[in-house]
Amino acid sequence: MTRSLLVLGAIALAAFMLALAVGSVTITPSELWAVIQGEGNKLHQTLLLELRLPRTLAAFATGGLLAVAGALMQVLLRNPLADPYVLGLSGGAAVGALLAMLAGMGALLISGSAFAGAMLAMVLVFGLAHGTGSWTASRLLLTGVVVAAGWGAVITLMLAITPSYKLPGMLYWLMGDVSYARTPWPAFVVLVLAILVIMPLARNLNVLARGPMQAAALGVSVRPLEWTIYVLASLLTATAVTTAGSIGFVGLIVPHMLRLVLGNDQRIILPASALAGGTLLVLADTLARTVIAPEQLPVGVITALLGVPTFLYLLHRSR
Amino acid sequence: MSTLHTRDLIINVPGRADGFSLNLSVEPGQTWGVLGPNGSGKTTLLHTLAGLLPARSGRVVLNDSLLIELKRRDIARQLGLVFQERQDSFPATVMETALIGRHPWLSPWESEQADDQAKAQQALAALDVDHLSDRLLSTLSGGERQRVAIATLMTQNPDIWLLDEPTNHLDLHHQVKVMSLLRDQAELGKAVFMCLHDLNLAARWCSHVLLLYPNGDACWGPAESMLKPSALEQLYNQKLVTVEADGAPVFVPVNSG
Repeated sequence: MTRSLLVLGAIALAAFMLALAVGSVTITPSELWAVIQGEGNKLHQTLLLELRLPRTLAAFATGGLLAVAGALMQVLLRNPLADPYVLGLSGGAAVGALLAMLAGMGALLISGSAFAGAMLAMVLVFGLAHGTGSWTASRLLLTGVVVAAGWGAVITLMLAITPSYKLPGMLYWLMGDVSYARTPWPAFVVLVLAILVIMPLARNLNVLARGPMQAAALGVSVRPLEWTIYVLASLLTATAVTTAGSIGFVGLIVPHMLRLVLGNDQRIILPASALAGGTLLVLADTLARTVIAPEQLPVGVITALLGVPTFLYLLHRSR
Repeated sequence: MSTLHTRDLIINVPGRADGFSLNLSVEPGQTWGVLGPNGSGKTTLLHTLAGLLPARSGRVVLNDSLLIELKRRDIARQLGLVFQERQDSFPATVMETALIGRHPWLSPWESEQADDQAKAQQALAALDVDHLSDRLLSTLSGGERQRVAIATLMTQNPDIWLLDEPTNHLDLHHQVKVMSLLRDQAELGKAVFMCLHDLNLAARWCSHVLLLYPNGDACWGPAESMLKPSALEQLYNQKLVTVEADGAPVFVPVNSG
């Protein structure tokens, strides 16, 4: 268990080094070491400490948040294909952010508005699915899918009435773009706190994955646990979306791939998702800003292009 | 050792009149069989006794405490349940499945130790599924999965064992093995309470019997006083012939066609 986490940690570190080294100016390991020690030339220091490091940290935190949120949603719904995007949380966040952009608000208000949108989506989906008291996983999933389609329509409507000079920024945000991240620290703090909260509950989640009745018979207080997961997953998604826009597939693919390799013990899967999700987004973002340099791609395009074939391949192989 | 009582319990079967209220005492050493036709509320009763479904009225008492006032974790240390239907959405091995029985005994930061592994291994061996411990549950036959579920309850090791159709999907020799295992556990001080479809298994292995009628009526008591052809014929609305074999009554449906 510890060994697989160490391996993932080492891979994450390597991805970090790569992300810091690659770009318009290549920085060799020895130059990197010089900057870490507070030496090196001024250009390298500025480039690393003010541009690449914050961006890489933001990518890592966002990826970790999305992957952990996905892993939690999958246990909650007992469906390996569930993720916060399927449930319409990111749609709500996107509508919130686009509204703020349309009104010409500043960055902080865009973040706040996206957060409010994600939370509204959560309340909407949970409230509608919970409505008459019977709250089954399939009902929640269906409600989420329908509400997500509704958000999609609202987004299209808003884009249609948006003056064309505002469109590129909005589209980039919709596709997910780490360069929008102002500071990586809120995302990092939320990720670390979430892992600390969820780890003591991880064995409860293993039991919950066997179904709510079985979990209750084995001593789990099912309803409070389900609410905790849902609120936590929504918070993680909202934080990720406010940091870097809507980036899809990380929450779906990372936990799924890890389960194929490591089994379904949440005590491993949750921290491993944070590490592997972060690593995936760091690599994807490095690719996004180098592949057609000096132009940049939105990282959401890269995760989708990498994610969809990988996912289909894994699904095909596992049958 | 724990005892499970019900006080004027009416289980909540939707659309059914209250019927006869249950005042049961399930004590250590007893093996209860619950008999009744489909839809008579056997599963509802088990789930109510485990605190998973609210009763329409009346109380379930575990030792000296009302079940609804206890924490789930405290209940799970004293009372366990094998479900008739199980859902597994994620792949899991047989060993992992048995080990979740240790859940109520471990604190949040604790992980399963060698001792827990040994308990699970022992339980799997007692149910003849230890050779499958690394196999995925989804690759097993229905009978094998049934035995893994009972092994999970054995790993949980509560005082009170509730089982919903424990002999479902089992071959003849495994039926005998499971029923004698349950009776042995009762003799060691457990209280066993199970729903059964097969009258003859109840007649052979149970010390006490509860008959549940579709209209909500019920009667219960020592097996030999309950398993009367007249009562059973009324229960299933089926003529029966009684013969005696191997020291126990055997009930055979009359071919009226």
